[in-house]
Amino acid sequence: MQLLLNGLAVGCIYGLVALGFVLIYKATELVNFAQGDLLMLGAFTCYMFVVWYHVGYWLAFALAIGLVALFGAVLDWAVLRRVIGQPQFAVVMLTIGLGAMFRSFASITWGSEIYTLPTPFSARATRIGGVTVSHEYVSIIVGTVVLCAALYALFTYTKVGVAMQAASQNQLAAYYMGIPVKRVFSLIWAISAGVATVAGVLLAPVSLIDVNLGFIGLKAFAAAVLGGFGSIPGALAGGLTIGVIELFAGTYLPQGFKDVAAYVVLLLVLAVRPQGMFGVMVRKKV
Amino acid sequence: MRFVFKTSYQQDLGLFRDGIQRNWYVALLAGLMLLPLLVPAYLVDISLVFIYGLCGLSLMVLAGYTGLVSLGHAAFLGIGAYAHVYLAQDLGLPWVVALALAAAVTAGAGVLVGLPALRMTGIYLTIATLAFALIIQEVLTHWETVTGGLRGKAVARAVIFGVSFASNEAFYFLCLAVLAAALWLTRNVLRSPTGRAWVAIRDSEIAAQSMGVNLAAYKTMAFAYSAGMMGVAGGLFAHKIGYLAPDIFTVLLSIQFLLMVVVGGLGSLHGAVFGAVFVAMLPVAISEARDAVPAWAAQVFSAFGAGAGQAVGDAVDRFVKQPALEPGVFGLILVLFILFEPRGIYGRWLKIRLYFSTFPLYKVATFKRQKVYMRSERLR
Amino acid sequence: MTLFRAEDLAIRFGGVQALDGVTFEVEPGSVFTIIGPNGAGKTTIFNLVSRIYDAGRGRLTFRGEDITHVPAHEIARRGIARTFQNIELFEHATVLDNLLLGRHTHRRSRFVEELLFLPRVRALEIEHREAAEKVIDFLDLMPYRESLIANLPYGIRKVVEMGRALCTDPALLLLDEPSSGLSVEETADMAFWIKDITGLLGITVLMVEHDMSLVSAVSDRVLALNYGRPLALGTAREVQEHPEVVRAYLGG
Repeated sequence: MQLLLNGLAVGCIYGLVALGFVLIYKATELVNFAQGDLLMLGAFTCYMFVVWYHVGYWLAFALAIGLVALFGAVLDWAVLRRVIGQPQFAVVMLTIGLGAMFRSFASITWGSEIYTLPTPFSARATRIGGVTVSHEYVSIIVGTVVLCAALYALFTYTKVGVAMQAASQNQLAAYYMGIPVKRVFSLIWAISAGVATVAGVLLAPVSLIDVNLGFIGLKAFAAAVLGGFGSIPGALAGGLTIGVIELFAGTYLPQGFKDVAAYVVLLLVLAVRPQGMFGVMVRKKV
Repeated sequence: MRFVFKTSYQQDLGLFRDGIQRNWYVALLAGLMLLPLLVPAYLVDISLVFIYGLCGLSLMVLAGYTGLVSLGHAAFLGIGAYAHVYLAQDLGLPWVVALALAAAVTAGAGVLVGLPALRMTGIYLTIATLAFALIIQEVLTHWETVTGGLRGKAVARAVIFGVSFASNEAFYFLCLAVLAAALWLTRNVLRSPTGRAWVAIRDSEIAAQSMGVNLAAYKTMAFAYSAGMMGVAGGLFAHKIGYLAPDIFTVLLSIQFLLMVVVGGLGSLHGAVFGAVFVAMLPVAISEARDAVPAWAAQVFSAFGAGAGQAVGDAVDRFVKQPALEPGVFGLILVLFILFEPRGIYGRWLKIRLYFSTFPLYKVATFKRQKVYMRSERLR
Repeated sequence: MTLFRAEDLAIRFGGVQALDGVTFEVEPGSVFTIIGPNGAGKTTIFNLVSRIYDAGRGRLTFRGEDITHVPAHEIARRGIARTFQNIELFEHATVLDNLLLGRHTHRRSRFVEELLFLPRVRALEIEHREAAEKVIDFLDLMPYRESLIANLPYGIRKVVEMGRALCTDPALLLLDEPSSGLSVEETADMAFWIKDITGLLGITVLMVEHDMSLVSAVSDRVLALNYGRPLALGTAREVQEHPEVVRAYLGG
């Protein structure tokens, strides 16, 4: 039972990172291979506020989200705006390059060791009905739920959601309809970076912060694909599924399978049902 | 401006546009064969350039010409390397046979990756190859009997038909020969129906199908050919580095190969070679810069006084000597090339050549990028 | 003996019945045109013949063989070639390369032979080149032989697309709106070409078209569609004067 909780919590992290992927993909059709590295930057930023500047945890959390979201928007404004309309491959390479730069930057600014983030939840647990529930894992799940509710409200009850869809289908037409496409994209990047930060900070107590934290993004890919690359609830569902699958693989299969379980699932999904659980298959109309 | 006057179809079919171009390439080959006499100290590095050239060629065929972008090619290199070493050393097969079998095994792996890839397009394929590469890395780590696991595996020097290729010169010529042969074979395929079918798959799958191209067969062929070439490169790579370990063939190496292909110039054989030179020489350039830049900075800032110059020099020195800087530089170069020179080094070379050949009538708009704004147009 | 027959074709896309019970026959050497308002399902018929979509119901017969479930890449080999409504050329290749790809169904060399570029492969390449040059002569594409498609104007691209289809040496040529985007002179050229294709080259043409002058000029038989259902079948004049067709086009 406790293992299940851990699996779900890890799955939530995958889901959040996958959510970031899907947000950007839905809006701009770019696949952001640097999403995991944004997570890492978010975790480091929060760490910096808490440990270097002795800011309180919640304030540091908020500051980190704000700072990295701003960074995401600036990134879009400075770099990604120029590649609108270019073939997808070029953009993939661009984000890969950016990811490498982020890792380098983090290593130079904060150092290349492993760091711990002190949080109000660290190393505390409660017993509920005979099961030890660690606060860290609960915080992950609760945080994910809160964030998703907030995002759902944002997209359902504001014009941003509709604007996103329009801009993703046809940028030129969206411009003609008066949608400030560039600003919408920057906003999406900001939201996505913010989501990555939340995931990073929630993850920090569990997996410790270091420069390679971003490689979790690769497994989040599996989550995004499993859920269907164009579907926001799918990303979360995919993440949870991958978390649970990894858990069972670690428990019941021999050593080493746990790491590759996510990728095997990814390959299976791509081979059998590429649109994942909730996605739609898009093809060109000739 | 110079016009090439064509009198027969053979001229279009030939390897070179005309005698002059052929002479240039012959001169290049002669120069490369004389290189061991001129710069014996760098032979090992240049052999690596040739091996990387093979890798770049392999990825160019798959990504540049067929449009199937693979983020997992380092896995094929690993499979080829381990297979060759296992067959040649552990099983004692003759070198050529071991290399051929290693290439075959890697081609088989390529087909395995290609089969699910038949149903995927664009980004999904890239992600699938990435997943495949990560799985292969785990397999290589855990299959101890063949690969020696994390302890690694020492590789002896090559011995072909009883002749030892242990010396740097011999190995250099071996790599040069293999690269030249690979370039010739690939050029042949690209100017025949198979090559055209691959380009058709890249540009419009639906149209290619309507023209009778069996997508599944040709995509699989592309994967097999690319992986097979990577297998050959793997065998040579194993000899070059002398000691195999699973953590050489990481995703980062795959990204380096992709960088090679993009920076060199996607869609051209020259691009593969230019990219290989670039990627192989970059670490050398970085380490040279690491020594030169602090001194230069100190010199510039010493205009503000000797103390300031020294301080700046030390600060820059500390910054530049950090090991983590190298992937950052790679990333930065990749980003800059995508933003400002998406056609790569070969593209820039074409532009320069066109500038001089059409002087003074050169127009910048000749190479202007086509941007596609509608999603339905971007889907293939 | 009819060259091509479609019987009771039907297909749904989600909630939309794109085609419902379309039946027609194409005689060899004739020009058969399908007309109808936008969204009537004309290109869908082509996509069914090219096997890009699977028919929900119905049968397609070509030269006496049932091709309803044949894989998409087999269609060209059997002798059916098509052009696309929004041009599907290979943007980064030259006109010549596009045409040479049209010769793909006539590929007779094996991969290993191509790898070594044996003299046999060289001879076959010359053959392909000569066939492509015949098409270039026929369509007056000589000035554009070495141009990249990306640099060519729309009208020329349409002609290149038709040329690529002709290079497959088809028995049945599917032309999807050959005159869309063309000027009056270019449309007149197109009419002459279509007449030459059937008259000189003996290729049967199945066409989707909106331009009624072109339809009247070249068609032997016309089928009118609306909302996936056939309205009228006959000569161009008969169909144009049919009351249902008039109602579909003009409303009321």
